[in-house]
Amino acid sequence: MAMNDVISLLISGLGLAGIYFLLASGLSLIYGLMRVLNLAHGAIFAVGGFVGWAALEYLPVEPDWLRFTAALVLATLAGAMLGILIEKGLLARLYGRPYAQMLLTLGLAFAMTAFLGGWLGHDPLTLKQPAWFDEVTVIAGSRVVNSRLVIVGIALILFLATVVFLRRSKHGLIIRAGVNNRSMVMALGINVSKSFTLLFVIGSGLAGLGGVLAGVFFGSVTPELGTQQLIFAFIVIIVGGLGSLEGTALAALVVAVLQQFVNYYGPPGAGDLVTVLLLAVMLLVRPRGLLGKVAA
Amino acid sequence: MTRTQASPVRSWTASTSVLSLRNVDVHRGEAHVLRDVSFEMPPNAVTALLGRNGAGKTTTLLAVVGLLAATGRMSMAGTDLKPLKVDERVRQGIGYVPEDREVFADLTVAENLRLAMRGPESQARLQQVHKLFPILHERAQQRAGTLSGGQQQMIAIARALLNDNKILLIDEPSKGLAPAVVTEVVQAIEQVKATTTILLVEQNLAVAARLADHALVLDQGRLVYSGPMEDFARDTEATSRWLGVDIRPKAVGGRGNE
Amino acid sequence: MKRTAARNVPLAIAVALFAAVPFLSNVSVPLVFDGPLGSLGTMQIIAVGLIFAALAMTFDLLFGYTGLLSFGHTLWFALGLYLPAVLMVGAGAPFGTALLLALAACLLLSLIIGAVALRTSGIAFAMVTMAFAEAFLIFVERNPTKMFGGDEGITVAGSLLPQAVRGVAGIGTVYWIALVLAVTIYLLLRQSVGSRAGHVLQGLKENPLRVELLGLHTYRFRLLSFVLSSMLAVLCGFVYLLVARVAYPGIAGTDFALLIMVMVVFGGTGRLWGAALGGFLYGVANIRLGSMSTAAFGEGLPQWISGPLQEPPLYIGLAVVLMMLFAPEGLAGLIEKASSRLRARLAGSRRGRNSGAAPSGSGGTPGGDGTETALAASGQR
Ligand SMILES: Nc1ncnc2c1ncn2[C@@H]1O[C@H](COP(=O)(O)OP(=O)(O)OP(=O)(O)O)[C@@H](O)[C@H]1O
Ligand SMILES: [Mg+2]
Repeated sequence: MAMNDVISLLISGLGLAGIYFLLASGLSLIYGLMRVLNLAHGAIFAVGGFVGWAALEYLPVEPDWLRFTAALVLATLAGAMLGILIEKGLLARLYGRPYAQMLLTLGLAFAMTAFLGGWLGHDPLTLKQPAWFDEVTVIAGSRVVNSRLVIVGIALILFLATVVFLRRSKHGLIIRAGVNNRSMVMALGINVSKSFTLLFVIGSGLAGLGGVLAGVFFGSVTPELGTQQLIFAFIVIIVGGLGSLEGTALAALVVAVLQQFVNYYGPPGAGDLVTVLLLAVMLLVRPRGLLGKVAA
Repeated sequence: MTRTQASPVRSWTASTSVLSLRNVDVHRGEAHVLRDVSFEMPPNAVTALLGRNGAGKTTTLLAVVGLLAATGRMSMAGTDLKPLKVDERVRQGIGYVPEDREVFADLTVAENLRLAMRGPESQARLQQVHKLFPILHERAQQRAGTLSGGQQQMIAIARALLNDNKILLIDEPSKGLAPAVVTEVVQAIEQVKATTTILLVEQNLAVAARLADHALVLDQGRLVYSGPMEDFARDTEATSRWLGVDIRPKAVGGRGNE
Repeated sequence: MKRTAARNVPLAIAVALFAAVPFLSNVSVPLVFDGPLGSLGTMQIIAVGLIFAALAMTFDLLFGYTGLLSFGHTLWFALGLYLPAVLMVGAGAPFGTALLLALAACLLLSLIIGAVALRTSGIAFAMVTMAFAEAFLIFVERNPTKMFGGDEGITVAGSLLPQAVRGVAGIGTVYWIALVLAVTIYLLLRQSVGSRAGHVLQGLKENPLRVELLGLHTYRFRLLSFVLSSMLAVLCGFVYLLVARVAYPGIAGTDFALLIMVMVVFGGTGRLWGAALGGFLYGVANIRLGSMSTAAFGEGLPQWISGPLQEPPLYIGLAVVLMMLFAPEGLAGLIEKASSRLRARLAGSRRGRNSGAAPSGSGGTPGGDGTETALAASGQR
């Protein structure tokens, strides 16, 4: 193993971990708080990717890093808007019936993916990334593509922001407590559904942003981007332990780095398959997941 | 309906009654757990809710808080509770101390308390709570899940004291605690009882007799006694019949039955 | 006894109708089918509908018995196509041998995967099964062994199949096989799950994915249900291979796995015939929508409208959304409501001025007991 490859693969893995975290953390907390499995989460992710692609393609903003920033902001807003519409407009009407809610989001996922595919096609659309993204930086003697560093940086900032939000804010407190025991939070006179709406919006916004990062990571976006990444997000959630943010972060790292290394050194697709194997092993030795509190 | 001969049933008019239940029925799954329960609670007094295991005591509290659906009428200080959701009912002025404490294990002690605080007056009340339970101040930054059972019970009671509540619903505060800790918890309740209305579920007859002014007794989901606590506790036939307790109430600190 | 007989009347009518199809070579159903019913093209489409009906019912077996929701049920259907195809095309095995080997392999695999996945329950089980199904799709698409055909899939030449199902004439035989498959699975499951599925699903409405009933079943019992429902799905795959004559990645992986769930939900959860109806309609509609929408829409509208209008999943997705909002009981629920209303109307007119509405036969929402919100139910222990 060349040392160069190891460092650059590690950084790639970190970037992918960030993307998984952005997708999985929202899903896991939303499920933890209200038992709503949002299957449209992946579609929101894909919409974010497309908004990012469109912004980079058409926004007349210079210099290009500013355009990229605008793309991130727009994708986040698009995700958050979708989140409000879905939660307030649709899910709230099925309050207390998580099974129907899940199926509704499944229908949305199909419809949204089909909409994107019908409008913009199913072929990959290449993102016009800032020129600097394609250049390389030498870190500890190994050449790392800059876009990887950008992804890692953004993901790290968002991870810290999420942790601070959950630890410091009142809503964060309600969310953490509610994942643990929602009825008791209600019995303290707290309107949990307000915090849930906020969580849903933030989770959807982060998914939208994650879509852009995934577009940068893979170089292009497709309507099916969301569904594909959703699977790995699921694996991350189970390996990390349902409802545990720290577990999700840790599992994202483990799954993504493992996947990167095996994909690089192994036969095609091996890295993706190994993550499923990891999941199986995890279930055999520790069904609760790395840091899980609830056995689902 | 059978009542013990201990005392005539006193009734309070709706205007003085803090909590009023009329013909309340609760089903849990297949089971018909509460049957036609009606009672009134006088203000600034402790009412003990007694009965054997599975009689429906916890169910009654859950129905009042709104965590279980119930039929019949329920009102608190003249406000109809039925149309209100759980959090809305609680904000009307209910302090709920659940049976198994239900503290948030992953949150710190301070966070557990902060979650319960509503208005600005909660801040002042926090001082009082810390005076009542100094340990909660000392251990503020410790994870609640790592506290002892008694300390967790203090968190659970403290949460109910942080707001200007009209009524406290306290479910078996002495459950699973060592005698010394029971005494501490009982003393805490005694300190607040002069100014609050409390509905207290308690298996420990000695504790109930010491704290309560009135008693309500449930048997298989039906209310079978409502009257002064003293009369009920003295009536050995009644206590053995409805609670399965033969022993005389003894000094607090002993574990009544169990 | 009488009730059983009454129960069998709709079934007998359905079977008779399907059995008549091959003989109706001059009856045509405009709009729905291109050719007359008895034409080979139409019979092929109906056969696909029957197979999907059977597949949707096998999904109900696991769900109905254990309350476990699988997001990866299609894995077994896909294996039912892929394994015989690989064995015949790649390894040159004769048809019968290929089927037997495939059955044995699937039995082993479903035992292993079931044993692992059943260590979880509820939502985690759904996620885990989805991961396994997706893993198979990845395996097929990346095709590291060069035997699974990649994106193209594996086409099975007619010459590899038995004489009876070969060529154009074979479609007739396959049609009968599909009908037998659907009816057999229906009868088998009606016997074992029928009422239970409804029962569990009533619970699911209140507190889904965490049905208390789970506690009643031992691990081995759940594993048995898992293996049985998987193996029946493999059989559906076998028959579908005879119709499609190609194993293709479109029926593997998450999207199709979720589609199976959509079929069941659309038809009506909790009723076996609802699942069958959903599967049948999907099987037929998918083929027909695909060929209709590409031709029909699009002219004159901007791309962002006309493009999506040509995507069948758009209609399926929107239909599910509407269904959840307005008729969560699915088509079967609507039909039952309508028929009980009709019966009430008939009974009413017979009895003259009896104004009291007859009790509705449909399940409806049971009086909400709100147990989900009970503190005790919310975890912590
Ligand atoms: N989740 C539930 N589902 C169905 N029945 C329940 C449930 N929880 C409790 N019950 C039943 O309701 C009845 C009353 O229970 P409840 O918890 O109110 O009793 P309790 O008087 O508080 O008893 P204890 O002294 O043991 O706490 C019991 O018969 C019990 O079996
Ligand atoms: Mg109790």
